Order: sequence, then structure tokens, then C-alpha cells
Amino acid sequence: MQIDPYILAFSFVTVAVTVWMGFRSAKTSKTASDFFVAGRSVGVGMNASAISGEYLSAASFMGIAGMVMSSGYDALWYPVCYACGYLFLLLFIAGPLRRFGAYTIPDFAEGRFDSPVFRKIAVVFVLFIGFFYTMPQMKGAGTTLAYIFPGLPYWVGVVLVGAVITLNVALGGMKGITLVQAFQYWAKMFAISVPIFVLMAVYGHYGNQVGVNGDAAWDEYKSEAKPAPPGTLNFVHDTNPAILNRKGLPPKAPADATWLNPFGPLTTKAAKTAAAAIGKQAEKTWDREGAALAAQRAPGVPPGQDSITTSSASIANAPTRQDAGGTAERAWLAKHEKPLALLYTYSLIIAIVCGTAGLPHILVRFYTNPDGAAAKRTTMWVMILIGVFYVFPPVFGVIGRNLLPDLYNGLGAKGTDKIVLELPRLLNEKYAPLGSILSGITCAGAFAAFMSTFSGLLVSMTGALAHDVYGRILRPKSTPEQRMRMFKIGAVLIGGVAIVLGSFVEPLEINFMVGQAFAIAAASYFPLLFMAVWWRKLTMRGAAVGMLAGGVCALVAAALTNFSNLALDKGPMGKVFAVFAPLNDFWAAHPLLRILCEQPAIWAVPLAIILMIVVSKLTAKTIPSDSRMKMLVLHAPEQLGLKQEYIQEHQPH
Amino acid sequence: MKHPAPGPTDIHSESFLRSLMARQLKLSIACALTFLVALLALPLANYYAPELMATRVFGFTLTWLVLGVLFFPFVWVIAFVFIRRSIALENSEVEEAKIQISNPKSQTNSKTQNPNSKGPGVPGALLLGFGFWNLFGIWILVFGI
Repeated sequence: MQIDPYILAFSFVTVAVTVWMGFRSAKTSKTASDFFVAGRSVGVGMNASAISGEYLSAASFMGIAGMVMSSGYDALWYPVCYACGYLFLLLFIAGPLRRFGAYTIPDFAEGRFDSPVFRKIAVVFVLFIGFFYTMPQMKGAGTTLAYIFPGLPYWVGVVLVGAVITLNVALGGMKGITLVQAFQYWAKMFAISVPIFVLMAVYGHYGNQVGVNGDAAWDEYKSEAKPAPPGTLNFVHDTNPAILNRKGLPPKAPADATWLNPFGPLTTKAAKTAAAAIGKQAEKTWDREGAALAAQRAPGVPPGQDSITTSSASIANAPTRQDAGGTAERAWLAKHEKPLALLYTYSLIIAIVCGTAGLPHILVRFYTNPDGAAAKRTTMWVMILIGVFYVFPPVFGVIGRNLLPDLYNGLGAKGTDKIVLELPRLLNEKYAPLGSILSGITCAGAFAAFMSTFSGLLVSMTGALAHDVYGRILRPKSTPEQRMRMFKIGAVLIGGVAIVLGSFVEPLEINFMVGQAFAIAAASYFPLLFMAVWWRKLTMRGAAVGMLAGGVCALVAAALTNFSNLALDKGPMGKVFAVFAPLNDFWAAHPLLRILCEQPAIWAVPLAIILMIVVSKLTAKTIPSDSRMKMLVLHAPEQLGLKQEYIQEHQPH
Repeated sequence: MKHPAPGPTDIHSESFLRSLMARQLKLSIACALTFLVALLALPLANYYAPELMATRVFGFTLTWLVLGVLFFPFVWVIAFVFIRRSIALENSEVEEAKIQISNPKSQTNSKTQNPNSKGPGVPGALLLGFGFWNLFGIWILVFGI
């Protein structure tokens, strides 16, 4: 495979336009406030596009499609919860926070409790969540470049893209980002929708593409004991006369029934691993006790192996070693698989719905609205813009399963995460060079996706570093010029760390990593914001303890599962993380613990909230004396001017 | 001279804040419950009625159609209703408060009340009771099923 000129051209144009827009607007943004919140003068349409542009990351653009392809129905929870999470943010947090009028979450944390100490604690999570969230963006970058330049190592792509964006942010700041991100939303929307419509027109629409999975005609075809077809085969769909193409699935791909199952490969992974371990155990038991029994048994007499129990008697009675293992495995799965998968699903829902509210780079954007009503109208448009977008990526995954099943065999950057990039190229078979052009467009969209999210995160994290760590903690008397210089240095510093982290995560799925970043946000910032907005008796200590405990627990749990997953990798990362390999045996023995670590939100969010309540009750004496005024500022309509009154009262102090 | 006692329309009063938060929270919770019930019931439907949810509709399984396509318009409707209601709510709150602001007497009244509002917010404790238990309702829904 060689470099496709169309793909290269489209990608290059996207990068060039993004960088040019960043540089151009760098000239117009002068003050430090411009950099942090774009002067609060952004229109509703522009801001809604920019928020959506920032929200739709590499996970949305590439990750969802890749995960739908690899896991099927399970992965649909992600796009739906990304959209629902935004609604949750709108319902409970967006309005009050906008009225309070602080630049960042740390600003809010400090203002709500009059506590500079708390600000320092809160800043830590901007960096935690930010770094967790940049890793999947970097994977997207590495995957895309490895696709455009076949043969290029994954890490080179990460370094290249990371360096370009870091430079852009260091020179452009937030003002540039607003314009660039609004543009990038529309670039992404165009890039994901147009190829889908063309693909559906040629190969059959969404419903049909889902429909051939588990289709009776297909099952019949397969059951005719033919060898797996090497190339394309045509068959007539039994409800629709359109001829659908489908290729044979490699053995690594999940079967149709599993893929369509609401509790599919993703949610049942832990249970499956545990069941396999139990199967192995049963085989050992059979070796010890059953082999002798089977030898004694007269041939032809059926042994009683059909009862679904795992008692040692039934294992010993099994006619062969495989039967013993298989029976034990099936029996265990029948009992535990679905409840565990249900738990996983709920934890995932909680993580994403609550986590959206705690993403540092999304909340900052609410402050760029001129007033509260505009903020609400903006959110409505964001809901529509991202909702329309999220219908498309799963279609790529579905068509990809039918037409490009080879990707199931790929590892890391060559796996299903690149389906969005590669799928449109199939059209070259019929209408060259249309396939290359559309593939170039999706590559351009992917660039827009990870570039916009990465730069948004970089601005948030650098803002935290320059504004909080440097401007407030290290050098409180620094001049705006010094802070601006620190912003640039900080951008380079954080960009560098993100690049290093990004080169480690090639074996992990993009969407999966983003889900974990959401879980950490859900267990730290979400309880803080939610309780601080609605519960007056929350004290600083209560908030700090809850946020730290929930956030750190979720972080450690998520990191542990990532390490153990990386240890399973067959590439170089497997060696780097080999220390964590024994963890996988532990997970196999304790599937429940594995699920609770992989998706920690279901316990970490309540833990944070309960701790906040308990500690606040214990430190009730430290409730800020002006908490009523704070609540009024948070909840009274802005037209009443309570905020100005509050600021005036506090000036002399 | 008729002068409204520092009652429900005094924007610094405890009762104003309480009714403000209560009304906002009620609206938010009503909207949140609508989408949470749908979102959290779907896994249960998949769990207890797998055959029904696997019924084919236009090639999709029923559950795929609901989650992958129909959920988005549903969320828009909730967002739309919430935004309209909350803007109306804010306007009515402003109207209510304006009656008080337009009256110069009560303006001075509110000034003198300010120090009070900065005292220990003991009556504020009551508000929590309401808000907090309502919230608890949601969490029970999330985790109790």
C-alpha cells in the first residue's frame, strides 16, 4: 500500500487551515482575559458550534465506529450517554455556574468556599482528567498518521501531531480556538455524514446493514458447511431485494448473535474471562477424577452430563476433558454473565452521564456566552448539533463489520479504530477515485476531531497551570505579561507530557479510554459541582474530602485495568507493562472486582457524595457565613444584579 | 401608605431563595427523571425481555433502533421543554422581584437586611431538607434498581 495523494492532500489542507486560523487570530487577541475566556463576546451559533467542535473528539469521530464494529450493540451506550450527559449538565449545573461567573472550575471552587487551598486541590483534577482525556486523542492522531503513511510507526504520528497542536495553542490561545473549533465542528459533520450517505447509497442502508447480521439467509449460507468465503459474496436479503455484500468474518470477530446482543463482548468480557478460568479448573478436576471414570464406562452408555451444575460429580462424570471444561464454563456463564453485564452497563451510563458535567474543557465554554439566556440557547443548539452527529459513527461500524472484517485481525493502530478512515476507500472498487476522495475527507475530519479536542484540553490544562499554579500559587504578584509567557511555556510542557503518555496507549481502544476519563470526572468534579450548586451546607472540607476520595479511587481503579490490559498486548507495550500481568489472573478469579475497577463510577460517585455529606455534617461549623448570598448569586436570575451587589460588598475586604 | 412587608418578594429574604431553588430544582428533576427513567429502563428491558427487544424493525433490532436512533430526538424534546420552562421561570422570578425593586422603600429595607443575610444561615438549613431529599429520590432511582 502506498500513500494516497487525495488522502494526503485533504489532511494537509485541514492541518494547514487550522494552524493558519490559529496564527491569524493570535494577532487579534492581546490581553490575558482574551486568552482565557475569549472576552465573553461570542455569538450563540458560533459558540454552539465551538462547544460541539470541542466535544466531538477522536472518541466520537473514530472511537465509536471502531467500538461498534468490535463490540456491537454494547458500544451504542457511548454516543447516547455522551448526548444525555450534556442534557444533565444543562439541567443541573450550566445555569447556576454561568451566573456565578468564574473562569474555570478552580475559580468556582475557590469562590464558592472562599478558600484558596481548595482551589489548589481542584486544580489537580484539571490535570488528571485532562491527561487521561488526551491519551485517546493521541491514539487517534497516531492511528490516522499510520493510515495515511503506511509503515510509519505509531509513535511518530503522535509526536508529529502533538507538536503541531502544542505550537498552535502556545501561539493562538482561546480566541483562536473558538473560531477554529466552530469551523471544525462543521468540518467533522461534513466528513462523517457525506461518506455515510454515499456508502449507504451503494451498499445498502443502515437498517439493512444491521439486518444482515443474524440474518436467516446468512446463517443458512454459513451452515451449508462451505469454507469461509475468501472474497465478497452476494446474497439476497430476505426482506429487502437489495443485494448486500458481506464478507466472511475472521475467527477473532464476535459472532452475529453476540454482536447484536445487548450484553455483548464489551460488557461480558470480565465474565467470559472468569468462565474460561473456571473451565480450565474443571478440566484439571476431570484429569484428577473423571478420567478414571470415563475409562471404566462402557462405550455407548451416555453419561449424565447435561444437567447444568458445576458440582464435582458432574465434572467427573463428563465423557471427555473438553466436555468437563465446557459444561462448567457454560453453567457459570448462565448464572453470572447477564447480571454482571447489567452492572457494567449501569456503571458505564453513570460514568458518562455524570462525567460530561465534570469535563474541565467543556465547562469553560459556558462562560463565553454574553448572558444566561444565551448560555441556555447555546446548550440547546449543542444538543442538536452533537445529537445529529452521533447517529452517523455507528453506521461506519456496522458497514465496516460487513465489508471490512479484515480489521478484526489488526492490532493497535491497525485495528478497528481506523474503520472510519479506511471504509470509504472501498468505493474505489466501483467508482475510483471517489473512494480516495471520501477517505481523504474522513481523514480530514479525524484531524479536526483530535486537533480540536486536544487544543481545547491543552488550553484548559495550560490555563490551570498559568492562571492557578503560577499566577496564584507560585508568583501571586506576577504581571499579565509574565503570565502570558508562562501560558506559552506551560503549553509546551503539557503538550510534551501528553505526547509521551499518548505513545504508550496504542493497544487500548480510543472510546474505552475516553469512557474512563469520564468516570474520573464523574467521581470528582461532578459531585463537587452538583453538591456545591444545590446543597448550601456543603463545607470546604466536605467537598475536598469527597472530591479527592472519589476522584483518586476512580483514577487508580481505571489506571489498574489499563495497566493489566496493556500487559496483555503482544507488541512492545506488553513487555513494558509485564509487571502487571499477574493482575489478569486476579481479574479472572474476581470478575466482579474487575468490572468495578474498569467502570468505577457506580461506586465512586456515591462514595464521593456520601463523603461530602458526612464530612460536611461533621464540620458544620465551617459553613461559610455568607452561604445564602452565594446561593442567591447561583440561583437568582442575572437581571436582578445580585452578583454586582455581592462583588461590591466584597471589594473592601 | 401601603408597603409590602419583607415577604415573598424581598430578593434577599430566605423565603425568596428557598422558593427560587425549589422551583428550579423541581423543574430540573422532572426533566432529569424523564430521561433517566428511559435511559435506565432500557438495560432492564434488554435483561428481562430479550426476545421482544430483539424483534426486527426495518432490519434493526428493536433495542438498536431505540438506542442508536430514537434516543437523540427524545433528548432534544426534553432539552427544548426545559429551556422554555426555565426561561419562563426566570422571567417570572424577575417580575416578582421587580415589584419589590421598583419600590424605593423596600430597597432601603433590603439594604438594612443585608447584614442579617450574612449572619449564620440557620433558616437555610430547611431548604436543604427539601432539595436534598428530592435529590435522594434520584439517586435511589439510579442505584436502587
